[in-house]
Amino acid sequence: MSEDNSPLVIGFLCNWCSYAGADMAGTSRQAYPPNIRIMRVPCSGRVDPLLIVKCFEEGADAVLVAGCHPGDCHYTEGNYHGRRRFALLRDLLDFMGIEKERFRIEWISASEGKRFAKVVSEFTDEMTKLGPRKVG
Amino acid sequence: MSRIGVFVCHCGTNIGGIVNVPEVVEAAKAMPLVAYADENKYTCSEVGQGSIRDAIREQKLDRVVVAACSPRMHENTFRKTVATAGLNPYLLEIANLREHCSWVHSDSKKATAKAIDHVRMAVAKVARHESLFPKQVGLTKRALVIGGGITGIQAALDIASAGHEVVLVEKEPSVGGRMSQLDKTFPTLDCSACILTPKMVDVAQHPNITLLSYSEVKEVRGFVGNFEVDILKKAKMVDHKTCTGCGTCWQKCPEKVTSEFDLGLGQRTAIYIPFAQAVPNKPVIDMENCRYQKYLKWTQTEEGKKPPECRICEKLCPTKSIAWEQQEEIVTEKFGALVVATGFKTFDHSVYGEYGAGRYPDVISSLQLERLMSAAGPTEGEVLRPSDNTHPKNIVFIQCVGSRDDKVGRPYCSKVCCMYTAKHAIMLKEHDPEVQCYVFYIDIRAGGKDFEEFARRAQDESGAVYLRGRVSQIYQDGKTLKVLGEDSLIGRPVEIDADLVVLATGMEASEDADRLAQTLHISYNIYNFLIEAHPKLRPVETQTDGVFVAGAAVGPRDIPDCVAHGSAAAAKVIGLLSQDSLTTDPLTAIVAPMKCVGCFACKAVCPFNAIEEQTTRDGRIIASVNESLCKGCGLCVVACRPGAINLRGFTNQQLLSEVMTLVRR
Ligand SMILES: Cc1cc2nc3c(=O)[nH]c(=O)nc-3n(C[C@H](O)[C@H](O)[C@H](O)COP(=O)(O)OP(=O)(O)OC[C@H]3O[C@@H](n4cnc5c(N)ncnc54)[C@H](O)[C@@H]3O)c2cc1C
Ligand code: SF4
Ligand code: SF4
Ligand code: FES
Repeated sequence: MSEDNSPLVIGFLCNWCSYAGADMAGTSRQAYPPNIRIMRVPCSGRVDPLLIVKCFEEGADAVLVAGCHPGDCHYTEGNYHGRRRFALLRDLLDFMGIEKERFRIEWISASEGKRFAKVVSEFTDEMTKLGPRKVG
Repeated sequence: MSRIGVFVCHCGTNIGGIVNVPEVVEAAKAMPLVAYADENKYTCSEVGQGSIRDAIREQKLDRVVVAACSPRMHENTFRKTVATAGLNPYLLEIANLREHCSWVHSDSKKATAKAIDHVRMAVAKVARHESLFPKQVGLTKRALVIGGGITGIQAALDIASAGHEVVLVEKEPSVGGRMSQLDKTFPTLDCSACILTPKMVDVAQHPNITLLSYSEVKEVRGFVGNFEVDILKKAKMVDHKTCTGCGTCWQKCPEKVTSEFDLGLGQRTAIYIPFAQAVPNKPVIDMENCRYQKYLKWTQTEEGKKPPECRICEKLCPTKSIAWEQQEEIVTEKFGALVVATGFKTFDHSVYGEYGAGRYPDVISSLQLERLMSAAGPTEGEVLRPSDNTHPKNIVFIQCVGSRDDKVGRPYCSKVCCMYTAKHAIMLKEHDPEVQCYVFYIDIRAGGKDFEEFARRAQDESGAVYLRGRVSQIYQDGKTLKVLGEDSLIGRPVEIDADLVVLATGMEASEDADRLAQTLHISYNIYNFLIEAHPKLRPVETQTDGVFVAGAAVGPRDIPDCVAHGSAAAAKVIGLLSQDSLTTDPLTAIVAPMKCVGCFACKAVCPFNAIEEQTTRDGRIIASVNESLCKGCGLCVVACRPGAINLRGFTNQQLLSEVMTLVRR
């Protein structure tokens, strides 16, 4: 949380769909809260669940992973691998005492700029309501 | 110690209008390893790029961060910039301050804070970049064109004429696409068949083109320059090598079925060519309707009276070309580039209850009208009502059926319907001067060379009455159709007694466009139209190198645009195939041999079979990456527990360092 108590959201976006979708949100001027910090990854399947755990350990309030819709992954099946791994991660987060809602995975295509903005807005609002993460 | 240079772009006022650029520059100067930071009005301009080159030389920079628009826009531009100043092009990182920041946030203070964070992440990441060196690989100088409409035909002819081999795959028994169903074409009213047929024949005769009709693409493997494609050749049941296309079989076949080509208005036989000028001009047998096939199936169930064996085509064929033993087959071919030109289909108007939901025979679609007007059509060019074969006099057109209508999930404009409706009004008046046309429209969109004049002509010369408004109901009243609508310009309801109603149905993506796009790893929008790499600057490229898109498969387009698009895609393919080798992307996975334990968890997840086994000098079997197969997805990296495999450009250390800049403050 920063000084005005707004949550720090880290977004991992796959290069081919969701990063392009976020670009589309920009091109079509779809506004969303400025809390999110965006990292470009080749594929949602490149995101290591342990890196997400690290994000939380180091104080992030929320993490969003976004990739291509099932069937549309640029590498055919990266998002299926991702989906499986992240399902396991949820349990791990629970075990670590981190609310499951703080981690979200979404499928956002290159043309869904509007949806990207909506997802980020709703996620940020929910996290604001949930309040800062209790660390330690 | 690195010396990193940071270049922050105003992008005119696009970034600078929201993000406080000088503040970002000051913050950058204070970041670890940053030796230099500056701002530019337009970093991508020659002046801006020059200032990066100068700073690299004067400040002895060894790594560069450009904080500007999306890397998807200019990463390549700036890679070239740093390369010309003597740096390895991969020692560059882009921070996205425009699409992901200034264009979506209005609070200047918060946007600036975010911009600084994005720069901080890029600095942390670039510090961990290594010099990378692309490799050269060979390429197959052949192209595959999928879809044989006017777009695919144009692309195939252009590529073939440049001296490269082309395979043209068309799923129907003939090439030609929708254009072959049209009568005349706007705005010049030249006959569609007259301008299309010669091109279809050229395709069949060109020494560099192999036409695979009645075929479909099943699987695509490989990458730009070296694709391997499985093509399904459906069983035609006719040996096209010996068949001369004499026509005896389809003239004599006793089984009549509705013709798809004539959209239900005419009939064809079970062994058929879809239309007289079809290319190839050789038939296929429709196995579902063939009497011999029914006879064969019947013997299996042994019920009722045995149908006749038929086989008339076989008996009459002078070249003995009927091939009952033929099976569908899959052939695998190699290509350097692929063009997708799968076109469109028309909207199914039966979802509109108010227009009769497809129940009234005299409510037809515009494409059906094209068939009725065509001299080669089911009525030999006489426009007759489907219900009673009389000449309609009062004809009502309704535009935007399945276009610009959120209600049916089609909010986009189909672009061609205003124009082809004007064409129909003009042509019908020419066919029969007693005809009176009425056109219900929302707007007339006639942007195009000679288009406005053409649309005016329908009203001024052909006397068509244009009514601005929607039709609320059509119902059958004896022999006439009552059309109830509204003229919104005078604000009054109107009622017209029509003999024929023509619905200008919009354009939709072709059947299966999404499945094909998935096979090719290219993107498509929610309407299944294919997505180009950039809507303005890269209209025929896709995000997948070596795969190009063209024509109505990308979005509604008329013929001139499709032809231009087909040629544009061909030009890109020719450019690609004219190279002797291709430069591969060096952002691939790499194994650290000392850490690898040989578990091959990486191999199990790699979608491209890029992980190979390698024996070390001390006899251990470990993983190694075949760099020309690796596409850089990074799935293996996450699978590898000992952390032995990493992804260049997106290493574990880089992603971690980016995260650490955000949270450790
Ligand atoms: C009623 C009507 C009237 C029109 N009048 C005019 C006019 O007067 N002037 C004008 O400029 N434009 C007109 N148009 C528009 C014109 O028809 C299109 O611009 C043009 O036909 C598009 O060409 P295309 O090659 O891109 O697509 P298509 O003509 O649709 O061709 C695509 C081809 O690809 C094939 N295909 C599809 N999927 C696959 C697959 N998976 N594998 C293999 N093959 C596949 C199809 O069978 C087809 O042969 C009209 C359109 C309509 C509906
Ligand atoms: S997963 Fe890692 S350790 Fe196992 S074989 Fe692959 S590179 Fe080696
Ligand atoms: S990054 Fe790894 S999993 Fe992906 S293609 Fe390369 S070797 Fe295969
Ligand atoms: S490339 Fe987008 S999820 Fe794999």
